[in-house]
Amino acid sequence: MISLKNVEKVYRTEEIETLALSGINLEIEEGEFVSVMGPSGSGKSTLFNVIGLLDEPSKGSVLLAGESIQGLPDREQARIRNRQVGFIFQTFHLISDLDVIDNVEIPLLYRHLSSSERRSRALRALERVGLASRVRHFPSQLSGGQQQRVAIARAIVGQPRILLADEPTGNLDSQMGEEIMKILMGLNEDEKATIVMVTHDARLAEKTERIVRLFDGRQVN
Amino acid sequence: MLRNYIKMSLKVLRRRPFFTFISLFAIGFTLTVLTTSAALIDHTLAPMPPETMLDRTLGIYYASAKGETIRVNSHPGYKLLDRCLYDLPGAEMVTVFSSASPVNSFLDGRKIESHLKRTDGTYWQVMHFDFLEGHPYAEDDDRNANFVAVINARTRREFFGNAAAVGKTIEADGQHFRVTGVVADVPSYRDNPFADIWVPLGTAKNHNYRSEYLGGFTGLILAKNQSAFPDIRREFQTRISQIDLADLEVPGIAVLSVRPETYAEAASRRILGTPIETTRSGYLIALFAGLMVLFMLLPTISLININVSRILERASEIGVRKAFGASKFTLVAQFVTENVILTLLGGTLAFIASWGILAIFTHVGVVPYAQFSPNLRIFAAALALALFFGVFSGVYPAWKMSRMHPVDALRGTTL
Ligand SMILES: Nc1ncnc2c1ncn2[C@@H]1O[C@H](COP(=O)(O)OP(=O)(O)O)[C@@H](O)[C@H]1O
Ligand SMILES: [Mg+2]
Repeated sequence: MISLKNVEKVYRTEEIETLALSGINLEIEEGEFVSVMGPSGSGKSTLFNVIGLLDEPSKGSVLLAGESIQGLPDREQARIRNRQVGFIFQTFHLISDLDVIDNVEIPLLYRHLSSSERRSRALRALERVGLASRVRHFPSQLSGGQQQRVAIARAIVGQPRILLADEPTGNLDSQMGEEIMKILMGLNEDEKATIVMVTHDARLAEKTERIVRLFDGRQVN
Repeated sequence: MLRNYIKMSLKVLRRRPFFTFISLFAIGFTLTVLTTSAALIDHTLAPMPPETMLDRTLGIYYASAKGETIRVNSHPGYKLLDRCLYDLPGAEMVTVFSSASPVNSFLDGRKIESHLKRTDGTYWQVMHFDFLEGHPYAEDDDRNANFVAVINARTRREFFGNAAAVGKTIEADGQHFRVTGVVADVPSYRDNPFADIWVPLGTAKNHNYRSEYLGGFTGLILAKNQSAFPDIRREFQTRISQIDLADLEVPGIAVLSVRPETYAEAASRRILGTPIETTRSGYLIALFAGLMVLFMLLPTISLININVSRILERASEIGVRKAFGASKFTLVAQFVTENVILTLLGGTLAFIASWGILAIFTHVGVVPYAQFSPNLRIFAAALALALFFGVFSGVYPAWKMSRMHPVDALRGTTL
């Protein structure tokens, strides 16, 4: 499903070069639930961005569902992100000017769907995360855990085959974190979603099938 | 997709009342000024009743006579028009009429002030007046110097209350005229049709005017179509050059400049003060357009500025949309649509506001008989201005937004 070969990522600023990822080889099968662990600054978010096409690797290749994504034009990359990947961020990244249901509909806006179809799919996704009663609320009217559930609904509404989560529980207390984890595991089991979750939390990581450990931008085992 | 953008923009605008208010105020104010000006220009210069055929009309409005020690700038005189105006190639009709001059009438010891214009009979065919009752006088009335008159609604009210006037007699400047028709009031800024009382040329108190080359009259040439203009101008020029300058009532004239002008050219000459030989209406249009652009520049720049400074505020949104599948093109389309919606709303407010302002102008009566009602042309102008404004001030910020790298955009708010 996800295949990284010899991926390297270098950040160049005026003074320094940071080697954020180096020599990453990673094969993630369809339906796998993988967690990525490592200390702060070890390259976890960089890996998340590279897998999700939010950033290009400096070297090496990334394949999603067998499709090579290097050098694709902007429109194609946008299409692949839209179809294949759902993102969940540590800071939720909900659009504060839009209410819950409009936030959840965003991925569907970039497909040719009727508005009633979008609406019913978004409602289904919100039901899946237990927030069907909050569709007209704005993000600022929700708790952190609820906001992250909205974000999950948004990530799954387009039924992508890959879910990428960067410290999804990082801004939540442990009880809310557990809830989020439960939802992700459910998605993995019921929908056979391939999930890559970056996390600091060893207890959550242990619940996943495989742990990829990073240290200074390198894989360690 | 477009419907979505529109819905989304309206939601965002509603959620940001302060930003929306400030922007709408700036846009609305600018467009109100522009729409009102456009309306005033339109009402002054565009073809509209009674001058419905203005676009194929050439006028002889102005004569400039120069000698070594003398200089006369005036309307042309009757004799000049009589010699040069008739039977031009490509002309369908011509009319000669005097400037509207102030006259007094006395009715039961009350003084009524009016503007009186003396015209030939074809005047009523070149102009399409709206007759409230009766009919115009004819060519024969002019030839026979019949004492008949057409009056406007105001004059009927002054003389007869609101009773019918046709067949009754009015007194003006010591002469008595039988009313043949009543027309709707015509605004004073339309020189050609404006008057309160119209009477045949032949009723003039003396006939000195018939031998004068300079002063007091206007001639209009209704061409078959605009493509006849060059021929008409050329032939008219030939005839002018055949006038023996020694015949002029003013001695010592070396150069006589008269030129058939479109209404816009005449307005341009008057406003810009350019010499009649070189006047082109293009200058005036360019001046108006230039002033409009200049006036629009400041709010445009400030709107661009607001939009650019909101990029950072909207970074997270841009990142999210990109992550979930928006291409650069989609984002540009969305942001430009948002901006256009905003300016169209501003344009609508402006249209309503100018409607109000024009209504006030009309009713306060600064300009006699003004009828500044908005029309489709002005609505189209407001719409075009708003669209131009919206696209112009939206494209650059949108393009800048869309170029943000998704990772940077998402980091924007977390750092
Ligand atoms: N845009 C960037 N420019 C420069 N350096 C960066 C940038 N993003 C990340 N880095 C550096 O790359 C390394 C890995 O960062 P990151 O992937 O965010 O780590 P983690 O998510 O594991 O904390 C860090 O040293 C970080 O400072
Ligand atoms: Mg990180």
